[in-house]
Amino acid sequence: MQSSLSLSFSPGSSSAAPAPRSRVPPDFLHIAAPQTLASLRFYGIRREVLGFSSLRRFGCHFSRRVHVVSHERPPRRLSASASDNGSASKSFDYDLVIIGAGVGGHGAALHAVEKGLKTAIIEGDVVGGTCVNRGCVPSKALLAVSGRMRELQNDHHLKALGLQVDAAGYDRKGVADHANNLATKIRNNLTNSMKSLGVDILTGVGTILGPQKVKYGKDNVVTARDIIVATGSVPFVPKGIQVDGKLSALKASILIHKIEVSIILLLETIIHRDYFTKYLFFSPLNGFFHYFITCLCLEKPTGKTVITSDHALKLEFIPDWIAIVGSGYIGLEFSDVYTALGSEVTFVEALDQLMPGFDPEISKLAQRVLINPRNIDYHTGVFASKITPAKDGKPVTIELIDAKTKEPKDTLEVDAALIATGRAPFTQGLGLENINVVTQHGFIPVDECMRVVDANGNLVPHLYCIGDANGKMMLAHAASAQGISVVEQVTGNDHVLNHLSIPAACFTHPEISMVGLTEPQAREKAQKEGFEVRIAKTSFKANTKALAENEGEGLAKLIYRPDNGEILGVHILGLHAADLIHEASNAIALGTRIQDIKYAVHAHPTLSEVIDELFKSAKVHSEVSSPASEPVAV
Amino acid sequence: MAFSPLSNAATSATAKPTLSFSSSLYPWPRRFQSSAPLPRRRRFVSIQSKIREIFMPALSSTMTEGKIVSWVKSEGDVLSKGESVVVVESDKADMDVETFYDGILAAIVVPEGETAPVGAPIGLLAETEDEIAEAKAKAAAKSGSASAPPSPTKTEADTTFDTPAVTATPAPAIPQPPRATPGSSKPSGKVVATPFAKKLAKQHKVDINKLVGTGPYGRVTPEDVEAAAGIKPSKPAVPAAQPAPVAAAAAPSKPAGAAPLPPPLPGSTVVPFTTMQAAVSKNMMESLTVPTFRVGYPVLTDALDTLYEKVKPKGVTMTALLAKAAAMALAQHPVVNATCKDGKSFTYNSSINIAVAVAINGGLITPVLQDADKLDLYLLSQKWKELVEKARSKQLQPHEYNSGTFTLSNLGMFGVDRFDAILPPGQGAIMAVGASKPTVVADADGFFSIKSKMLVSPSTSTQNTWCFFRIHLCHNHILSCRYCWVCHSSLISIKL
Repeated sequence: MQSSLSLSFSPGSSSAAPAPRSRVPPDFLHIAAPQTLASLRFYGIRREVLGFSSLRRFGCHFSRRVHVVSHERPPRRLSASASDNGSASKSFDYDLVIIGAGVGGHGAALHAVEKGLKTAIIEGDVVGGTCVNRGCVPSKALLAVSGRMRELQNDHHLKALGLQVDAAGYDRKGVADHANNLATKIRNNLTNSMKSLGVDILTGVGTILGPQKVKYGKDNVVTARDIIVATGSVPFVPKGIQVDGKLSALKASILIHKIEVSIILLLETIIHRDYFTKYLFFSPLNGFFHYFITCLCLEKPTGKTVITSDHALKLEFIPDWIAIVGSGYIGLEFSDVYTALGSEVTFVEALDQLMPGFDPEISKLAQRVLINPRNIDYHTGVFASKITPAKDGKPVTIELIDAKTKEPKDTLEVDAALIATGRAPFTQGLGLENINVVTQHGFIPVDECMRVVDANGNLVPHLYCIGDANGKMMLAHAASAQGISVVEQVTGNDHVLNHLSIPAACFTHPEISMVGLTEPQAREKAQKEGFEVRIAKTSFKANTKALAENEGEGLAKLIYRPDNGEILGVHILGLHAADLIHEASNAIALGTRIQDIKYAVHAHPTLSEVIDELFKSAKVHSEVSSPASEPVAV
Repeated sequence: MAFSPLSNAATSATAKPTLSFSSSLYPWPRRFQSSAPLPRRRRFVSIQSKIREIFMPALSSTMTEGKIVSWVKSEGDVLSKGESVVVVESDKADMDVETFYDGILAAIVVPEGETAPVGAPIGLLAETEDEIAEAKAKAAAKSGSASAPPSPTKTEADTTFDTPAVTATPAPAIPQPPRATPGSSKPSGKVVATPFAKKLAKQHKVDINKLVGTGPYGRVTPEDVEAAAGIKPSKPAVPAAQPAPVAAAAAPSKPAGAAPLPPPLPGSTVVPFTTMQAAVSKNMMESLTVPTFRVGYPVLTDALDTLYEKVKPKGVTMTALLAKAAAMALAQHPVVNATCKDGKSFTYNSSINIAVAVAINGGLITPVLQDADKLDLYLLSQKWKELVEKARSKQLQPHEYNSGTFTLSNLGMFGVDRFDAILPPGQGAIMAVGASKPTVVADADGFFSIKSKMLVSPSTSTQNTWCFFRIHLCHNHILSCRYCWVCHSSLISIKL
């Protein structure tokens, strides 16, 4: 339900997502099975296991789907060994194999180790995935720069604080390096945290060969009691748009690998020496060879004018005028970065309103604070039907058609275009056909417990999918939470993640954050279920700390049930909103009611008092549901 | 948020006082009652001239005045009932104010950022396009006294106020962002304008379709709009756009930050700089970032004086003579006419444009004699006269005061015998010219004589200094005929 938040493309355009995989006939199911045993010796990892047969677990699936109950799951082993890093049960290499070492996979791996599972994580690209390498992390570095630039450029604001600063300047490369260094640092932290806990990091593209069996790299096969797919997503580029940026690193590495292999095979045939393969692969020549082919395959990084967030984060150039297609989180954050660095921005939004995923009142305020005062204009209700990169002295052209009538409306001529129309799940080469799973709009279908559902609507045993690949909620921390939830399930604890308690944030200046339902969603639900909805609002203008910072612009909004004090949603736009949301998201996750939380004490003067006041201003009919814990004499 | 910002401040600029009308709530019965005996034409007028006022609403019980945060709509926008028109900041929060009537926002009386007391008119809403002009006239009259609360003495019509109705629930309607303008704003084909240019054009009421873009691909840039609106860029839209080394940019700010100014003495008055003074001050501060090098050289001006006496009746001024001399010298030594902008290379200017500093009322400006090396002395003098006149009446075009490649500053006429001129940013050199006065000089043979002597002191950026020396040392013949600049004044006499 919440996935719409992170997908800024309209329902209409989502059908243009990568075509669903065609259904694979059952005969193909075990096609790769004979190769499996040989691979074990590459590993040499055999551990004697102190495993106990666990009771058959009736987890979260028990009461949910009728067909699930009828589905026979093989007995499960619970590794109850004393060993810290876990040891696999007798018949498997690992207790848990995670495909994809992004934030979701990392979160799952850490929790799995804590639970005593022997865990491996397969990564075909770089550890850290989208978030760390091409998403949240480097973008935060750029936004940190843009925030400071804004402060330094805001004469009025500085004067009000009594500060004098002359023209602020920046060095593009320095900014880009900051983002890159941050990504590297976080990536290393992530890698080290897994290594130190004893998670095996297996390098290569992971492919599911069959139930509980995964191939990675060229022909290494491992077995695992449970498998988590966490392959994430890639930027979604609608049809008709030519991106002239580099090949993505992953695609490039696959391509390079294929070219290398074919060249080697060719050489083998010519020279008739079967040891050629081995020789070449282990010789120092290989490095040079690899480099040479890499250079051939990767396009030159010059003249990229139509880009996705992957390339934009490298900040290779700062156009005078950039069109951003899509006004969701990604588009909005980049507009913040680009306008702070001096670009002018034109938004192209398919829906009738900018920032369609946000609560309407918040998006209205956001437009006033984040769009109107800046050098930004916008076209709403239009699709970018065709984007042609700059070439031969011509600018980037964007053809706009009416989103409803499909009639041509306008043509934009800009210096660059950023495609921020959301993200498409990345499931290429995952081998879903081997287990008869068909993606839906590219997403891997799962149930509430992240268990993968196959083409016939049955659960695939021991296979879970978390994060962007399942499309439930395309946020890094949601993936991690889902991963933890899955680990809880495979270790015998019933656990269902409440997606309504997962906060989301947009790191513009000021920030926007939210958790739970938007007002229209809450009202719809209220109408269906027959309860009353009320709204409470507080302004940052009344907050001492915000005023001290001279950042009084902002609003916090609480959507709640006055009958029982349940928090349905909280939306904040204002200074440090992303940090303020957690009081509300924790309350939702723990089921804390307004009448209880309103007695919690907040340090004065802090921004958190905005939320405090929000809870205090809510009018709940019922009395305190659970009295505060025993008073303590001091 | 259903504030009713509109009253039926019925106005009838054209209608006679007897022709009272209005309150849109009951317009018809009233009008029929009152105007039934009136000729038909008049009634027509009364219908036409329906202009409503948008008032500053009372958004809370304690609110006495409100600040206009932003006008959601602009003048000329068509409004429909229930749309947000303006965002008002009260003592509590920002609120959107909606219109209760359809119409056209004819005039904004209180612009963004200003405050108005509760109940004061902040804008005018016309019903038809025909009334816009009338509303504008009214707005012009109002804006003078915009801060005054609505006067109850309004006699022109029986004004009816709708009490601003404040409802407890926020507007349930999904906000309607104003339609993106570009589509509608360029019906006549391809005028490409950047978002900021469009915003400025709207602000300064410049018709973007009539502009010729100078930006990349012929697009209209913010600078084009500013030029069309006749304003100087208040500040570079993006001071940071160039990857300028931060240290250099920050340098001038250091003195300001390091030494806090002492508090003004009691009784002193603070007069802010005029725009020109601020610009001069800024330029002077910027000049501190360029290391300069000054030399002084006395020149004998007897020949020059003779020449001057000869051409003076023909309208040639000393300024023109000096400019011509400098220009001809620069033609021979283009490196002095070059600029060093990045610290790594010279930019050789294709033309020799001599800027001459002129004091005008309240400031200083440097009109530029373009191509001074090519024009003859008489044309140059004529040109100079025009420029000075323009400068005095502040009618110089930007290219007439900022295209100089070399500057001349002459204080000789005030009896100043020597001074240092400050190198303007972006130029290679400036020459200070002192007064020419009779001096006892000894020649090589030890004979004393009295000659007119003038001290010239060029300041040049150190980037150019090396070349400067080269000119001096390698071209002994120039040294021998005194200083190179003035040596050329003799050339002029040859030409004449």
